Amino acid sequence: MSLSKEQVQHIAMLARLELTDDEYAESVAKLSRIVDFVDQLSQADTDGVIPMAHPLDAAQRLRPDVVTERIERDRYQENAAAVAGGLYLVPKVIE
Amino acid sequence: MSDNHQELHARSLTELAAGLDGGEFTSVELTQSLLERIARLDGQLNAFITVTADEALAAAERADEARAAGTGGVLNGLPIVHKDIFCTSGVKTTCGSRMLDNFVSPYDATVVEKLDAAGAIFLGKSNMDEFAMGSSNETSYFGPVNNPWNAECSPGGSSGGSAAAVAARLAPAATGTDTGGSIRQPAALTGTVGIKPTYGRVSRYGMIAFASSLDQAGVITRTAEDAARMLGVMAGFDARDSTSIDHPVPDYVAGLSKSVKGLRVGVVRQHFDEGLDEQCGVRVHEAIAVLESLGATTVEVDLPNLDLSVPTYYVVAPAECSSNLSRFDGVRFGHRAENAEDLMDLYCRSRGEGFGDEVKRRIMTGTYVLSAGYYDAYYLKAQQVRHLIADDFKKAFSDVDVIAGPTSPTPAFRLGDKIDDPITMYLNDIYTIGANLAGLPGMSVPCGFVDDLPVGLHLVAAHFDEETLLQCTHQYQQHTDWHLACPEAFK
Repeated sequence: MSLSKEQVQHIAMLARLELTDDEYAESVAKLSRIVDFVDQLSQADTDGVIPMAHPLDAAQRLRPDVVTERIERDRYQENAAAVAGGLYLVPKVIE
Repeated sequence: MSDNHQELHARSLTELAAGLDGGEFTSVELTQSLLERIARLDGQLNAFITVTADEALAAAERADEARAAGTGGVLNGLPIVHKDIFCTSGVKTTCGSRMLDNFVSPYDATVVEKLDAAGAIFLGKSNMDEFAMGSSNETSYFGPVNNPWNAECSPGGSSGGSAAAVAARLAPAATGTDTGGSIRQPAALTGTVGIKPTYGRVSRYGMIAFASSLDQAGVITRTAEDAARMLGVMAGFDARDSTSIDHPVPDYVAGLSKSVKGLRVGVVRQHFDEGLDEQCGVRVHEAIAVLESLGATTVEVDLPNLDLSVPTYYVVAPAECSSNLSRFDGVRFGHRAENAEDLMDLYCRSRGEGFGDEVKRRIMTGTYVLSAGYYDAYYLKAQQVRHLIADDFKKAFSDVDVIAGPTSPTPAFRLGDKIDDPITMYLNDIYTIGANLAGLPGMSVPCGFVDDLPVGLHLVAAHFDEETLLQCTHQYQQHTDWHLACPEAFK
């Protein structure tokens, strides 16, 4: 199946990726190839097969609801590009 | 240090441990000699993104003091390398991406912490495909790694830097990660040993996530015995990783000496169909014959859904990657675009600039297969096929103890040869992906050469049976010397 440029633009928007015009052209071709390739799966007979949830059938572990983490905000924020007063800064969201 | 220490780099981790124990050399001398090799030789390989010379020498001094005081751990003073996917406190962790070019983790990964506690000295962080997405190390933001056996060839990927460093004798052991073959394929292509343990065997805390239902940490060494030593330290339950399994860790080294007499080795007919380089197939058959000569018996087994493993993987892995990599938003850490107009622009440009082509492709593939209207046809279907593949293995392991075959369809390919066609690149992992989909342990061991390039024998065992893989490969190495071959430029 061949993807259209509009479809790839929609996917890129959902994925929050800005692509250049060249990248769009390449993505349309290569993503179409990948989708064609994985389309083989449609031929598999999976009637009544339960989708795999975990390779070892393990269940999600629970822990007691107690505080185990320490707040080290200053240290964690050393990796952020823009912070002030312990907050992360982003472009204005609310007019 | 006398002249006969010049060959320290050629020794295995186990031999180096004996040398340190016997007082033949100190950890500082050993660390210095390997750092000197890295400085002199890595220009030919590009195996390292970061070399931590000062930290390593300081740690080596501490290790020598601990040894003198009798308090050193089981890997005390032994130099290793970490794949740059493991978070290291105070040392840059890039994951091979521009996105994390400026990232310094505030904490250590559990694997790093455990190896550190055992006394291992880390020499640096190894190069890798960006976010572990690639089979050639060509997707790294920091440039490809050259194969020590032929600089024009790829070392495989994604743990290409780890494999190249171990093959070139820049370190006796390196950590790696394996989502579809990223430890075993580079091990095969560089003539090293690589083990991907059972899903959940080794903690993934602090290991940057790619595909959470497939990712597993492991190790690359030159001998099975060294892999057993490393894995013994790395394995075990970790409450900080919700996918970690609480299962006892056996003494892997103690299990090595067991004979393979009576071991049932499964040979998969489909592994030797078209697609496998004929000469590679010959090497693999010879290796299986060695196991037979040691008393193992072979049984033909069938994995009827093997062909579907690559397409299944390329739905499941991108889907999980698109979700995992949504954390990179230019806000809390990682690359941030300049002068964003609004929040949407900040997200789209930070990610557009920070990620490379292959990572973007996988994020978009994953976004597509999870998007409204396509989920059932792709993701759900793939998880069903995944069940069929896992059942095939389950059935096979009722008849055999281990499955043997090729690790990779060809020896190392030329850099640039496959990077333009994603499907050709993806098919490199046809023999290794099944173990990830089924959560099984897998291992590659050098079994000869084709056109002066190494070939790997691939073994897969039942869940939590790393012991059989290590025993089998150790016994094989006791009767072969492929693992002793060293690339000419790195002798």
